[in-house]
Amino acid sequence: MNAPDNVSRRALLTGGLATGLLLAFHLPLRADPNEPVQKDVTDGKFAPNAFIRIDATGRTVLMMPQVEMGQGVYTSISMILAEELDADWDKVEVQHAPPNDKFYANPVFGLQATGGSTSIRAWWMPLRKAGATARAMLIQAAASQWGVDAASCTASKGEVAHAASGRKLGYGELALAAQSQTPPKDVAIKDPKNFVLIGQPLKRLDTPDKVNGKALYGIDAILPDMKIAVIANCPVFGGKVGKVDDSAATKIAGVRKVVVLDDAVAVIGDHMWAAKKGLDAVKIEWNEGPNAKISTKDIWQDLRAASEKDGAVAKSTGDIAKALASGDKFEAAYEMPFLAHASMEPVNATVRVTKDSCEIWTGTQIMTRVQSEAAKAAGVAVDKVIVNQHLLGGGFGRKLEPDMVVAAVRIAKQVDYPVKVIWTREEDIQHDVYRPVYRDQITASLVDGKVAAWKYKVAGSAVIARWLPPAFQKGIDIDAIDAAVDAPYDFANFHVEYVRVEPPAVPTGFWRGVGPNNNVFAIECAMDELARKAGKDPVEFRRSMLTKNPRALAVLNLVAEKSGWGQPLPPRVGRGVCLQPSFASFLATVVEAEIDDSGEIALRRVTSVVDTGIAVNPDTVKAQIEGGLVFGLTAALYGEITIDNGRVQQSNFHDYRMMRINETPKIEVTVVKSGESPGGIGEAGVNAGPPALRNAIYAATGVVLRRLPIDRKLLAVGKKA
Amino acid sequence: MIMVARNLADPIIVSDPANQGMHMATTLTINGETKSFDAPPDMPLLWVLRDILGMTGTKFGCGIAQCGACTVHVDGKAVRSCVLPVSAVANRAVTTIEHVGSTPSGAKVQKAWLDAEVIQCGYCQSGQIMSAAALLAATPNPDDADIDAAMAGNICRCGTYVRIREAIKLAATGRQS
Repeated sequence: MNAPDNVSRRALLTGGLATGLLLAFHLPLRADPNEPVQKDVTDGKFAPNAFIRIDATGRTVLMMPQVEMGQGVYTSISMILAEELDADWDKVEVQHAPPNDKFYANPVFGLQATGGSTSIRAWWMPLRKAGATARAMLIQAAASQWGVDAASCTASKGEVAHAASGRKLGYGELALAAQSQTPPKDVAIKDPKNFVLIGQPLKRLDTPDKVNGKALYGIDAILPDMKIAVIANCPVFGGKVGKVDDSAATKIAGVRKVVVLDDAVAVIGDHMWAAKKGLDAVKIEWNEGPNAKISTKDIWQDLRAASEKDGAVAKSTGDIAKALASGDKFEAAYEMPFLAHASMEPVNATVRVTKDSCEIWTGTQIMTRVQSEAAKAAGVAVDKVIVNQHLLGGGFGRKLEPDMVVAAVRIAKQVDYPVKVIWTREEDIQHDVYRPVYRDQITASLVDGKVAAWKYKVAGSAVIARWLPPAFQKGIDIDAIDAAVDAPYDFANFHVEYVRVEPPAVPTGFWRGVGPNNNVFAIECAMDELARKAGKDPVEFRRSMLTKNPRALAVLNLVAEKSGWGQPLPPRVGRGVCLQPSFASFLATVVEAEIDDSGEIALRRVTSVVDTGIAVNPDTVKAQIEGGLVFGLTAALYGEITIDNGRVQQSNFHDYRMMRINETPKIEVTVVKSGESPGGIGEAGVNAGPPALRNAIYAATGVVLRRLPIDRKLLAVGKKA
Repeated sequence: MIMVARNLADPIIVSDPANQGMHMATTLTINGETKSFDAPPDMPLLWVLRDILGMTGTKFGCGIAQCGACTVHVDGKAVRSCVLPVSAVANRAVTTIEHVGSTPSGAKVQKAWLDAEVIQCGYCQSGQIMSAAALLAATPNPDDADIDAAMAGNICRCGTYVRIREAIKLAATGRQS
């Protein structure tokens, strides 16, 4: 079901773009010494490609084309490179790659972006080849020094050895000689059975500095003469600044300057407290503009109406019209709210602008776009913009957008010192780029206890059309239908449509779990309702339609066993299952939940089994599923952004709630052994939580929930949905 | 090793103390050292640490004591520094993440956090570690209810709660739960 190496998402193939995007990428075998971003780091070192630097002491620096936002990718990418390089793992250091699409573009997107659970899938083969190429050149260097055949030499832990003569040379000693070797044309990569690092639960490289306050996130940047700014964006989407009275603000000690932009006001101070107090003291009249009356109530009304229209057909097999005309018919619509990202590190950027340059300190998921957008805002050439990448205190898709950097550039342009622009949590939540509202309709028919026809229509915003325009073709958002077209079951008559519906003025973007969030929820809720209609157990019902999908069947069977599926439970306690093939990984999850008489929900236990192909670092895979489940369950229990009078109504963690440790159940994740190419893992767990919990509630109470977040009022004893 | 960490020996650059009209001289004991500086008395300790003293290990998350990212110890107790006016801690002992490893419970927690590989993005973990260290100093063998009570004020958006619970037990007992 996947393209070679799982690089191209099925959806990209559907869009007819994968080939072009993939061809746009090539692995640079040797860094061009004239390339400015490369020169200073390659001098006097073995630099066989854009990813590996070995100096004469054997110090091995690996350049990270993907950003670290908690998903463990600095470690996993290093493991892939070090495996094929046969580096000494204890000597490996990582450094963030500079913005450069030529060297570091993510092969899936054609730009240097981290998202969509693509890092390992996209870089698996390119990085293995990069590591193997370097190893081959080091071996050649040693062989020629010893006057022996390279084939008689081996490499291990940062050394080349010639067994016949007992000679050994470290990579540091070989670095200069290796630099002048010709890279092999078709380099051999390892047979996975010979992996020594890949597949091991190695300790993460980034965590030791995260227990003692040393790790630097974007918000921790400190520069000489730097000041701090706090921003107030117009509270109404698309509104502008009207009148500003800053007379009280400028009297506050520590306030340096009030900056008035066309759509925002910022106060710069000696420290955050002065800036914040200053901003509180500025009297701003906003020109609210045409969106002053928009509300989620109206947005939902429009979405419901628009979703009734026929959509663009993303996939169709069999004869859907004929198949739907017979059998036992089922129809349902599932609705998902706007969501904010709320990464723990609030949105921020530090910028210094001069007449002809711009320097940025931030943690971003999209380095080259930050660079090009900052250049436009600063009015300088792209190559005059330096981006200093930092660790991200969570990304979740929010930092796939450059808006916070652009805002900081516009503020920093007004002063002659560097400014760190920090968004308060309130600004962060009220001026996010939101996970769109979706309405997913499923029409199906049952014949002999199985699904004979499945028609699935997704309606919602096309994030792809804005974020990666070339990938938006034939009216289909390939992300919004990603898991819809990949439903794992044997549906002979299968039809998927997409209706693009853009909410007025509300910016929409990627949110951890991306398109499959809406798809997996709708599919897995519908499957439970269909199972009940067919009079079958939900696991048994799914099993009967997995004859062509052995990997999906295997994780489902194992999760049933590990979760105690089918064993008796007390009243108002239920188990719910979710099965999904998404991001080229297979995940089966069972949530066990108890619903008290008032409708309050207690999570008792979560069990997941994942087949992600070769797990580069199985402990990281486990951690990503654990965390993803909490992220998704948080959304199911609490997540909803609402809008009234053009304004977001939530503002901080008291009204945009997160799950806490006291609400977190035991979570057991099993990573199955597999020899398949690695799948994506950062988002899969997010998709699993909401449908599995909803199905547990369905089992416990019989209440049919078709809308997120879960409405407790419908679950109180005596209520019917 | 990651090249995106601050060497704690690096000189800290702070904004120059101009515009001192409303400020007052304050002396705090932070991590065992006496620090004198000028700050408005209502300025939360968080911003004194981060923006005046250049100690960025303590994090800003919400500003309203809802998330715990800013947790520090004052006289050994976990407090939210984002809502704690600096005037309230004059002459009291403040300990931050940069120094908690020198306390017995802090060192145990840091080690357990790495052994259990708790951390993902890490942004909330300064606060998590400070809360856990204060818990263990007061309650050396916490049960699940003790852990819930001490840690429920610390949000982790990456969802590392399962491992936080495991690591606290590991720190308390020296073995996996």
